[in-house]
Parts: sequence; structure tokens; C-alpha cells
Amino acid sequence: MKEEVRLMKGNEALAHAMIRYGADGYFGYPITPQSEVLETLEAEMPWESTGMVVVQAESELASINMVYGGAACGKAVVTSSSSPGISLMQEGISYLAASELPALIVNVMRGGPGLGTIHPSQADYFQAVKGGGHGDYRLITLAPSSVQEMCDFVGLAWDLSFKYRTVAMILADGIVGQMMEKVVLPPQRPRRTDEEIRKQCPWALTGAKGRKPNVISSLELDTAQMERNNERFQRTYREIEKNEVRVEMLDVDDCDYLLVAFGSMARICQKVMENAREEGLKLGLIRPITLWPFPYEQIKNAAKKAKGILVVELDAGQMIEDVKLAVECKVDVEHYGRLGGIVPNPDEVLDALKEKVINKKK
Amino acid sequence: MAKFRGAVVVNEERCKGCDLCVVACPCDVLALQPKEVNNRGYHFAYMQNPEKCIGCASCALVCPDACIEVYKTTEK
Amino acid sequence: MEINDIIKPENCVYKKPTLLNDTNMHYCPGCSHGVVHKLIAEILEEKGWGDKAIGVSPVGCAVFAYKYVDIDWVEAAHGRAPALATAIKRLQPDKLVFTYQGDGDLAAIGTGETIHAANRGENIAIIFINNAIYGMTGGQMAPTTLLGMKTATTPYGRRVDLNGYPLAISELVAHLDGSCYVTRQSVHTPAAVRKAKAAIIHAFENSMAGKGTSLVEIVSTCNAGWKMTPAQANDWMVEHMFKKYPIGDLKNE
Repeated sequence: MKEEVRLMKGNEALAHAMIRYGADGYFGYPITPQSEVLETLEAEMPWESTGMVVVQAESELASINMVYGGAACGKAVVTSSSSPGISLMQEGISYLAASELPALIVNVMRGGPGLGTIHPSQADYFQAVKGGGHGDYRLITLAPSSVQEMCDFVGLAWDLSFKYRTVAMILADGIVGQMMEKVVLPPQRPRRTDEEIRKQCPWALTGAKGRKPNVISSLELDTAQMERNNERFQRTYREIEKNEVRVEMLDVDDCDYLLVAFGSMARICQKVMENAREEGLKLGLIRPITLWPFPYEQIKNAAKKAKGILVVELDAGQMIEDVKLAVECKVDVEHYGRLGGIVPNPDEVLDALKEKVINKKK
Repeated sequence: MAKFRGAVVVNEERCKGCDLCVVACPCDVLALQPKEVNNRGYHFAYMQNPEKCIGCASCALVCPDACIEVYKTTEK
Repeated sequence: MEINDIIKPENCVYKKPTLLNDTNMHYCPGCSHGVVHKLIAEILEEKGWGDKAIGVSPVGCAVFAYKYVDIDWVEAAHGRAPALATAIKRLQPDKLVFTYQGDGDLAAIGTGETIHAANRGENIAIIFINNAIYGMTGGQMAPTTLLGMKTATTPYGRRVDLNGYPLAISELVAHLDGSCYVTRQSVHTPAAVRKAKAAIIHAFENSMAGKGTSLVEIVSTCNAGWKMTPAQANDWMVEHMFKKYPIGDLKNE
């Protein structure tokens, strides 16, 4: 398959990207608003073209553990779901992290808690970047804000995941999943051969032929060894924090006030910036692309000249905690968010900025 | 008629003295050491009546810890 | 004839398979797990399958199966072994993929994964140790615990009104179109061990031949949990367990 320009939903782009970036297996369970991922894969029948395996599992619990099994074989495996399903996967994610396995998990967020709503939300921020499952672990968390990024981040997430032997998550939301946009699909990346996997992933379960047996386990009853294991995980996380922060900065150099937003909310904030400039109000926008590792330094530096910051999220205030940590109380940081699946329009964000940040200053 | 003669070698340190080999033996060959124990404190199995062994491997088949090697030959 | 004339390499008729390594197993004396581990190692060695086998170990007493049988292993979360095995076999169809699970892992927390893997007809073998009790956590009630049986959480015996009925999950799996071989065996006598070995060989062959899901239930003892000697536990198993869990093939297609 060659590079191709198509018009499609974010969820469909995810599916096409999985095939084109050489996925070995997808394991998933239907849930709104991301069911198009599995539907598209089943319709594309990649097992006929690339040999990619697609399984509709009996639950998200089964999907994530199929991912665990596939990842243990050194294969490029992925699952996708939406918030309630991701909650169900937390046990498996913790096991994957503890076993230092590469894998990709996509969360097309919907409103919670509980069964909540099928409408978009960003309220799984804490779950994604602070843990979610048990134990000290982190997920590389990428937040796409366009259909193109839904596609591109599949490749990026796998590259990072295999580089660091850690789980990567694409944290999207119902808007990015459901909206249609132009997308440039990459040319087909061939799936790795068994030989390549044996070479790249000497730890993988490929059958103990001509080598000692490989064992993938998250269990370690020797406390000293378990501490060493944890220290090794932490060293990897520090390395990722050092190397892999990604952030988009718009007009931050000559702004009076800063907006910080990720994913779909960052798109709305771009319109807020335009509207504000028409009023003579100079706004900058910081869009963290990696939510973990979080761009603390970049926000800290950009905030030096700002008079105030508004963090705009589709939740009750989660990323704001990291923004506050970044600016170390040197700048006023306020939050604006809508809950329950409601998406704010640019006018109400600008009003909130004036009310909570600008006028508060006066 | 040729007579089968057998013998077993018990890995004494691996044995946990569970007694299942003793029960399984059809010829009353095996017993657990009444006093002596291995490094882990188990009364390990041994051939109390070696001359009775026919090398049938019943003891080894049921042994959960794979401690028993069985040898068998024919007495001419 | 002296002993030394008998104990010669050429006369050796039975010894520990080398795939079962020298690590002392953590199981209690007399535990059935050891026998089944040994059988698996024997079979893989005799058939030359050791370098293409991938095992999935459970949570429970057999969690450390990977320490004893020298093949590739992954240790699953509690109950999820059939889900892992599904992916491993789908992604590497040329491998011999099997799970090794106890009654809590397979028939309680992992019932969904067991039923659905078998219903999809995944080409995996499931070795199921049913000793009617949770061994690792200290002898609590399992889904397969017999009525009236005393455990740490049924100290006065399992009652239907409080705890429901013992679960014969192999019968359930046998009903599924995706399963090709379901059998119930034991390892308490030399003859039983030989039959159990033949059953596991058949299950492994099915996995390699892509015939569907095979389930080999081994009705087992947990003498420590049952608070008996190993020999007494065998007798108790024959008298009580075999009534609810009769030995023999449930399905062989």
C-alpha cells in the first residue's frame, strides 16, 4: 500500500494506521464512541493482506490480556476502548508495565464516572498519566487533536513503546474519534519477520530454540529483587521524561495570557485565540502532546512572561494540577471545563478567561 | 523363566518423604527413613527390601518430585 | 545379582526428564502438581516439542510452574491464561501453546476466559488441576469444593444455601462446539498417571494440529489444604471427588 490521502473519522484512521504501521494483532471489544476501530479492521480484513490478527474478545478484560499474551511474544499488538472499558483493563495494564512489555492502548474517552455518557470527555487524564492500575508505573501518553494525529501517533506510540519496553497510550476523546478530516495515510510498513522479532526482542516468547527459556512474569517474591525491578522501571521513566516530551506552542512569545489545553479542547482554544486577537487580546496556547511525560519545563518557561493561565479541559480539573506544578505558583492558574459530555464553544472559553483570569487581575 | 530384577536410586535431597512411592510399590520394596532426614528435614524414601524390586517404576510414576530413577534388568 | 549390576546406565527405565530442572519445587509433599509438571516435561522432551512450546502459568499454587519446566513461559493475571494463550497461538500458529490452571483460576475468576476461548475453538491445550480448594491462599472454598467439604471459608462444610453447588466446568466446556477434546483424569496411581500422560499428549497434538480447544482436567489432591496425609488424600479423592467428577473422556472428536 502506498501513501494515500483519504477523508475519514479519527477512529477509522486509527484502524488504517494500525494496519499500515505493521500491527501483528488487534484485540478489542465494542464500546461507543470507538467501535469503528474494530468495525473498520474487520471490514479491511488485514489478515488477508498483511497477516495481522484481529480478534473480537469477550470483554475488555480478555482484550487486554490477549494484548499481554501477544506483547510477550514480541509482537506489535494493540487494543482500543473507551473509558469504562479502559477501567476494566487497568489490571492488565499494570501487568504489562511490570513485565516491561511494549504495547499500544487507545482510549477514546467518554464522560464518566460509571457508565456515564457516550459523549466526549477528557476525564481519564488522571487514570492515564498518574497510574490507574496498581503499583508505581507510567504510560507514555499521547494526546492527538486531529484525525492526522490519530494516524501518526499509532506509529509513534509503537516506536516509543518498543524503544523503552513500556506501554504507550493514545488518549483521544469522542470528538477526535468521531470527526471526519483529511488524513494522509502512510505507506505500508512491513510487519516484522519472526527472525527480526527474535533479534530485536531477545526476551520474547518465540520458543526456546537454541537459547535458554524466556520467562515473562510480573511476580517477584524476593523483596530486594522487587525493589531493584522497580528502580529499573523508574530509571526507564526518567529516561523517557528526559527524551520524549512533546508539546505544541502557539504564539507564546508575545502573549499576555496563556491557554493550556490538550486533544480536541486545544482545537477549540485555537479559535479562542483568533477571537481574542480580534479584540486586541494577545493569547498563547500550549498544547501538551505527551501528557506523560508532561512538558513541565516548557510550560514553566512560557509562563514567565504570562500574566495568567487558563487550563481548559473537558473535565473538572485534572491537567491543571500538572500545570500548577510546572509554574511553581509564580503565575495565577485557573481552570475552565465542562462536564458530562458537553463541549464548550470558543465564546464561553473566552468569557471564562476574562472572568477567572483577566478581570480577577484587575 | 527369566526373573526381572530392579533397583531404584532416590534423589535424597529432592525427596519430600510424602510416602506416595511407598504406597504405590506393589512389592513392598520402599520405606521412609525412620530416623535419618535430608537437608530440608524430610524422612526420604529408600529401598528397605532391595531384593524384592522388579523395576516396575510404579514408585517413580507417582512421585510428585521426580526423585526416583528406576533400573531394570533380567536375571539370567 | 548385586545392586550395582542392576544400576547401570543401560538398565535405566525411568528418570527425571531433563526439561524438569533441578530446582526443588515449592509444592507441599505429595502434591499432585508435581506429577503433572513432570508429565508435561516428559511429554515435551519425548516428543521433541520443548523448543516450540509456550506455557501460560496461572495465579495460585502453580504460579511458579515456569521455574521448573525449562520452556518459554508467561505468567498470567489471575484467570486470564486462556486470553493470553489465545493471542500467543493466533500470533504464532506453529507453536504448542498450553495453559496450566487451578480450579480457582480456571473455574472462578477466569470462567469467562475459559468458556470463550473454548467456544472460539482456540487451538490451545488447557491443563486444569481440580483439587476442590484454594491451595496458595490457605485452603479456602473453590467453585469445585464438594458439598459438605470443610475449607477455611466453609469451616462447617459447604452449604448449598450459602455457597451454591460445586461447578463441573469440564462438562460445560464439553458442550461447546469449539472444544475438541475434554477429559477428566487423575494421577493417584501408576495406571492413572499413564492415562493422564496419554491424555495430555492427545491435547498437545490437538493444539499442534489446529483441531480446537482441548481441556484435560486432573482431579487432584491438596493434602495440606484437606488436612490429610498424601496417601489419605488419595483415598478421600477416590471416595468423594470421583463421584462428582467421574474419570474418563467427556468428548473426543
